[in-house]
Amino acid sequence: MRRVVITGAGTINALARDVPGTLAAFREGRCGIGPLEFRDVERLSIQIGGQVRDWNPEQHFNRQQLVIYDKFTQFTLLAAREAVAQSGLNFDGHLGYEAGVVLGTAGGGVNTWDENYRTVYEEGKNRVHPFVVPRLMNNAAASHLSMEFNLRGPVFTVSTACASSNHAMGQAFQMIRAGQCKAVLTGGSESMLCFGGIKAWEGLRVMSKDACRPFSLNRNGMVQGEGAAVFVFEDYEHAARRGAEILAEVAGFAMTSDAGDIVMPSQQGAARAMAGALRDAGLAPDEVGYINAHGTGTAANDRTECAAVAEVFGAAADRVMISSTKAMHGHLIGGTGAVELLACIMALRDGVIAPTIGHDEPDPECALDVVPNVARMARVKAVLSNAFAFGGLNAVLALRAAP
Amino acid sequence: MTQNVTERVIAILADQAMMDPAAIRLEDTLADLGLDSLGLVESLFALEEAFDISVPFNANEPAKSDFDLSSVAAIIAAVEGLVAEARAA
Repeated sequence: MRRVVITGAGTINALARDVPGTLAAFREGRCGIGPLEFRDVERLSIQIGGQVRDWNPEQHFNRQQLVIYDKFTQFTLLAAREAVAQSGLNFDGHLGYEAGVVLGTAGGGVNTWDENYRTVYEEGKNRVHPFVVPRLMNNAAASHLSMEFNLRGPVFTVSTACASSNHAMGQAFQMIRAGQCKAVLTGGSESMLCFGGIKAWEGLRVMSKDACRPFSLNRNGMVQGEGAAVFVFEDYEHAARRGAEILAEVAGFAMTSDAGDIVMPSQQGAARAMAGALRDAGLAPDEVGYINAHGTGTAANDRTECAAVAEVFGAAADRVMISSTKAMHGHLIGGTGAVELLACIMALRDGVIAPTIGHDEPDPECALDVVPNVARMARVKAVLSNAFAFGGLNAVLALRAAP
Repeated sequence: MTQNVTERVIAILADQAMMDPAAIRLEDTLADLGLDSLGLVESLFALEEAFDISVPFNANEPAKSDFDLSSVAAIIAAVEGLVAEARAA
């Protein structure tokens, strides 16, 4: 089996439009959640989110590109450009045939669906733009990355709700580990902050009207975000040979299914995924210094996740730091694991643990070190990143510091 | 009207619980009716649609809700309150 490392990272989210800005926000514990701004927002009962403000796609894309790129594709391309530039890779030659793309998204081109349904149902028009289908399809972003960077190997999208990005990155990891690819662009993107996107979520009554407060006793629900993060996963020897800067090593991955309930999480399913990732990485629980939690800020997730950590880590659960950065950037649904992997890289590289902001009161049912409100300096050698999706699908990545 | 609200609420809960309305007692809890979290949000949706009301309920903090869900009788009273509010508005 081949070793897999990360040699490039890029993002755009409510906190910043690049990785340095996002990491700075993590260090400062800054909140990117605020009032949503889009058409018909006044008809929603939930009016806050982690929105990318003043988004001006004309700054990044020409007219022909804009007619074919939904916002989730625009976010993906922006993040990928930053990641590929950092990696220093050029896929124009033979490498393009040994490189691919695996991305996660839950909704794909939700804004495109929303705008065009409005056109035909609300405005009563009988014609929509001819590119509606290629804009909204879930694989659009992956395909546009392949075209922009000449990636001619395996290219596809996985969609597992809130675990999409982690499933995608796990797949990319396994493809390089198996020798199928030398490099894979991977991560995820989501952009469902629009009237229909939020209206659909309201019905479940799990969203907060005021703030995302993971692990805090007074938490009252999740808050959505939008954006993307893309990473260059690369064969370690390939990266080492060209003297690339290595951000971290992807050491293990596991996925499980609860086979239980379509929305309620299961401690056992989450615990099996964490234990599986540790086993796959050859890590003992006490070697893990930090867990990036799924930490949605719902009553059900946070309690179940903490119980699962306690079960898997045993005595080491009292020493491991666990935080949820969703209180800062919101829940990016299918893109969330990708943005959150940045906090894992920051912990391993910079020795800074991103805080769980909005933490007002400890919850006895979440009795772990949740790094409340203020970032912390700490040396960690290995980390986990959790994602637990609706549908009972769990995906956990294990990372080690760069070799 | 009260009788009407009672019958309609019971009919909605019976439909969600897949029970005969006659088998539902006013003191039953949602758990007694076998309604889980999804059954609950679906019932609230059905009540909102039937009575043209908006039920304030966040699944993360059920205790903080003004809408009393502790029994069938409580739900009927809460719906009556919201219907009266809507009529007054």
